[in-house]
Amino acid sequence: MKSVSVEEAVALIPNGASIMVGGFMGIGTPERLLDELVRQKKSDISLICNDACRPGMGVGKLFDGGQVSRMIGTHIGLNPKAQQQMLGKQVDISLVPQGTFVERIRAGGCGLGGVLTPTGVGTLVEEGKQKIDVNGKTYLLETALRADFALVHTFLADYVGNLSYALTARNFNPVMAMAADTVIVTAEHIVPVGVIAPDHVVTPGPLVDYLVANG
Amino acid sequence: MDAQTIIARRVAQELRPGNLVNLGIGIPTLVANYVPEGLKIFFQSENGLIGTGPIPEQGMAHPLLTDAGGRPISALPGAATFDSAMSFGLIRGGHVDITVLGGLQVDAGGHLANWMIPGKMVPGMGGAMDLVAGAKRVIVAMQHAAKGKSKIVAKCNLPLTSGRPVDMVVTDMAVIAFPGGKATLMETAPGLKVAEVLAVTEAELAVPDNVPEMKL
Repeated sequence: MKSVSVEEAVALIPNGASIMVGGFMGIGTPERLLDELVRQKKSDISLICNDACRPGMGVGKLFDGGQVSRMIGTHIGLNPKAQQQMLGKQVDISLVPQGTFVERIRAGGCGLGGVLTPTGVGTLVEEGKQKIDVNGKTYLLETALRADFALVHTFLADYVGNLSYALTARNFNPVMAMAADTVIVTAEHIVPVGVIAPDHVVTPGPLVDYLVANG
Repeated sequence: MDAQTIIARRVAQELRPGNLVNLGIGIPTLVANYVPEGLKIFFQSENGLIGTGPIPEQGMAHPLLTDAGGRPISALPGAATFDSAMSFGLIRGGHVDITVLGGLQVDAGGHLANWMIPGKMVPGMGGAMDLVAGAKRVIVAMQHAAKGKSKIVAKCNLPLTSGRPVDMVVTDMAVIAFPGGKATLMETAPGLKVAEVLAVTEAELAVPDNVPEMKL
């Protein structure tokens, strides 16, 4: 784990990168990294995020400036700009069921090729996917998902990168922290080693590549 | 009593002690207001919480504690938080006893369409498909008709939410269930006759000899 400034962290991300961003409607989203992605005008982003948040908030900021080319997510209903950009074919948005979305990321982080899920059977979601019967029940094969970068937000991070999340801001963060080549973390509080008890560590330090310094 | 109140009160009667329940947005959210006093229900919010409580008092909201729409909520004593993989493991894994969802259409076979109107509204399915695929009981809470058109249709022409049929539909006019895969009129709203319900229902409903009124 290396401590970096927010400017240094975002400078690591090239145009055209695939980026997973934690958060659920902006709760548990690394806002400082998103602000810096906007400031450094990163473009052609492949975004992997649960939702498109709202304009001016969370990953919604990336749609405000047209920085996203592709998105995989589950819901864009509260961001009219993302919807317009999808209907106008400026952004290629792939909508997937939320449980499938998180399991694909989990699989990507855990060395699995994918998962078998009953969700989506008998709907538009099954189009083009392999169906597999196991013990008389039909499942869809949903393939694993990884990204070049995961941008994670946590409540507590200690000096070695152990992370502990708070309340509903946990959501996709610990799963994404497993599924990217480079993991960049912002924390509400950076605390000495030992403040997070071993039993309360959710994301172990070795998974974190960069911790963004506060202040 | 207005349409939404009829629906929410009737759905609340389906809750049993200790149930883990997930409420969708819209009318389903209102169900929490009519849980009988003393009945212990665990409400799940799919963004990672069991034990959701009411909107916090002024000054007591926490920015990291919200419902799935991003609105501040509170957590009740005994609440538990978890990540999204766990949250959807609970949903898909059959650990959620009841999910209550809104609907655009339900058809005679119990199939639900509630996530998109092609060419018009493509918000994304969020957690709806997992909830219908995995919850033990699926209850749809919606108005019986919209703009004079029955939402209980012969066959859904909107994209389905799941291949799995729902268990029950509660509207402002009727309770419909699907014993043996056949849409069946179980109850009518107070003051409504069976014929009045059938007259505004596109789907063919089986009608048992005795169809009681909802007891609200």
